[in-house]
Amino acid sequence: MALLEVTDLKVHFKTDDGIVQAVDGVSYTVDRGQALGIVGESGSGKSVSSLTVMGLTRFAGNAEISGSIVFDGQDLLSASDEEMRRLRGNEVAMIFQDPLSSLHPFYKIGDQLVEAVQAHRDVSKAQALDRAVEMLGLVGIPEPRRRVDSYPHEFSGGMRQRVMIAMALINDPKLLIADEPTTALDVTVQAQILDLIQRLQRELDTAIVMITHDLGVVAEVADDIGVMYAGRIVEYADKESIFAMPEHPYTWGLLKSIPRLDSPRGEELVPIPGRPPSLINKPAGCSFHPRCPYVRDAHKRIDPQLAPAAEAGNGGAHKHEVACLLPGQSRRALWAALRSGGTPDQALARVDVPDTVVDKDAVGEVLAPAGTEVAEGVVATAQPEPPTEEGAS
Amino acid sequence: MIPFIIRRLLWMVVLLLVISFLTFVIFYTLPAADPATLRAGRQPSPELLATINHTLGLDRPWYIQYLKYLERLVFHFDFGYSFQNNISVKSQIFDRLPATLALATGGALVWLLVGIPVGIISAIKRGTWMDRVAMGSALVAISAPVYWLGLVSLYLFSKDLGKLPLFEGQGAYPNSGNIFTDPGHVIPALFMPWCVLAASFAAVYARFLRGNLLETMSEDYIRTARAKGLRERTVVFKHGVRSAITPIVTILGLDLGILLGGAILTETVFNIPGVGRLAFDAIQKSDLPTVQGTVLMGAFFIIFLNLIVDIVYAFLDPRVRY
Repeated sequence: MALLEVTDLKVHFKTDDGIVQAVDGVSYTVDRGQALGIVGESGSGKSVSSLTVMGLTRFAGNAEISGSIVFDGQDLLSASDEEMRRLRGNEVAMIFQDPLSSLHPFYKIGDQLVEAVQAHRDVSKAQALDRAVEMLGLVGIPEPRRRVDSYPHEFSGGMRQRVMIAMALINDPKLLIADEPTTALDVTVQAQILDLIQRLQRELDTAIVMITHDLGVVAEVADDIGVMYAGRIVEYADKESIFAMPEHPYTWGLLKSIPRLDSPRGEELVPIPGRPPSLINKPAGCSFHPRCPYVRDAHKRIDPQLAPAAEAGNGGAHKHEVACLLPGQSRRALWAALRSGGTPDQALARVDVPDTVVDKDAVGEVLAPAGTEVAEGVVATAQPEPPTEEGAS
Repeated sequence: MIPFIIRRLLWMVVLLLVISFLTFVIFYTLPAADPATLRAGRQPSPELLATINHTLGLDRPWYIQYLKYLERLVFHFDFGYSFQNNISVKSQIFDRLPATLALATGGALVWLLVGIPVGIISAIKRGTWMDRVAMGSALVAISAPVYWLGLVSLYLFSKDLGKLPLFEGQGAYPNSGNIFTDPGHVIPALFMPWCVLAASFAAVYARFLRGNLLETMSEDYIRTARAKGLRERTVVFKHGVRSAITPIVTILGLDLGILLGGAILTETVFNIPGVGRLAFDAIQKSDLPTVQGTVLMGAFFIIFLNLIVDIVYAFLDPRVRY
């Protein structure tokens, strides 16, 4: 049984401007000791989904949460506040992006760690402090016995994040959620922290959900990767498949926008045009369509859902799903063109992307708003032409 | 820390010198009633005026007067004598100080005891009827002028509805005993003045703390505290309120400093002859030594309490170290 099973999770925030659909139907599972990477831009809902697992979105007061989160056999969405409190920091722990603002500036490191122990264990302060010193040693703080008396501002950024990790792991949680743990750190310290997380994961056999916008980070840590866009997972696969044969244009964009050692000299990085969509008024159809270079008319009216990828990665041994309406053949051809160094425009020139044929398995909700002339065209193109030959093998 | 305190104390001396000089200059450049005329009585002869001017030292140039004043102040801790009645300014101030001290510190206690809980509850119960009632009343309390609030409560609670004890009549407060020697008698009678003085301060503090706490509760370290699995009560009080309440120390220091220089309006409404009344009367009667003395004393309290605030702050916030 999976340690964490998130099914069709939706988190909507009611605001004065409208309903913010921060998370809009996300499903994933994490097994014991496994590491899942969730990748996406700011505002893709990756943090909110994890905060909801921790029960922290409850404090917002305006969150509407639906779907299900099952952790270790326990349904977390129906758990009481007190049950969630017992779980937090004990079974599920979390580390955050900015280690300076995440530690209380007025209390000594040791006191903050002791507090974390005593929230869940009935131990004396001295025992809790011993545990704190042990954990600080484990995360590589020199002279931990002396440093427990320091205040957060007396630590460097990397050291503070080590303290946060020590605090998160102090009660031996089964799951560690790391929300952009290295974003606020400089690159050399980033590598140290990632090494530390990986080492502790191996030693303590903790499952990890790593949230980041940095594909380099997940490449280092994660076994499986979910790519999130506008509150949904648009592509999900094991790490090798995501990097070797990604199928979603958004994943292509992410990969093309980071430099690679093996890419030809002089090749320019291609940014993804535009900005992430408003989560209050999401684009109709595929949420990525306003920024997608390969968009076809039908994509604007059909909501894609996750479907098995055209390329069954690793002989079908691993799950590889993608929410894209492009026919599987076109996706493979486009990525092949992009991978050999082409820009999206060059890829489009080489690959024929059909106007009307969509990946049948990926067809989700079909929008047919009444009274608009284009609406009927959509339904017409989407329904009578089942693109069977393009479906996943 | 010690060098910091010494440096600040030296600065205090410099500041007090500047303030005394400015008071002197302002007194001589702005049109004011002639002290000698005020003192001499009706239709004084020129000779009498000249004699008075000579006794008060007013016939000498102002800078000589200032230097003489400084000399007595620095070497003898002597604030001079009132133009009005020849009483030593020092003894006058020290006579009046207990009343002001009792009024200001008691008032501060009341407004802290009211303002802090109200602010915390409002923040925690944001948007509920409790928050609305509290912030609505706070707005009223801030808007109500002290003299109006004082007169209304005098009427309501001393005469009409309640029977809160007050010492009535001119000079009743100083003659009815000292709060330090006879607290059981004086404290009940100070209750209403305290509440009137505290009303607007309590409102300001409640609103300030509410806003501060709301802001603090959205800090990352509050999220961390919750992620640790701390009880919500611990999160709010140990992590939230602890941070949100620290700036209160700063404004409390300032407010108390200002009030120790005299809470003129409250003192006037309740006929409590404190330092504020002394200063007010002295200004009206061009009584320079008394004005100078009360101004210096008020400035001293403000500067001194600011120093205390800075020292206390270093203990409250470990990031601040001198």
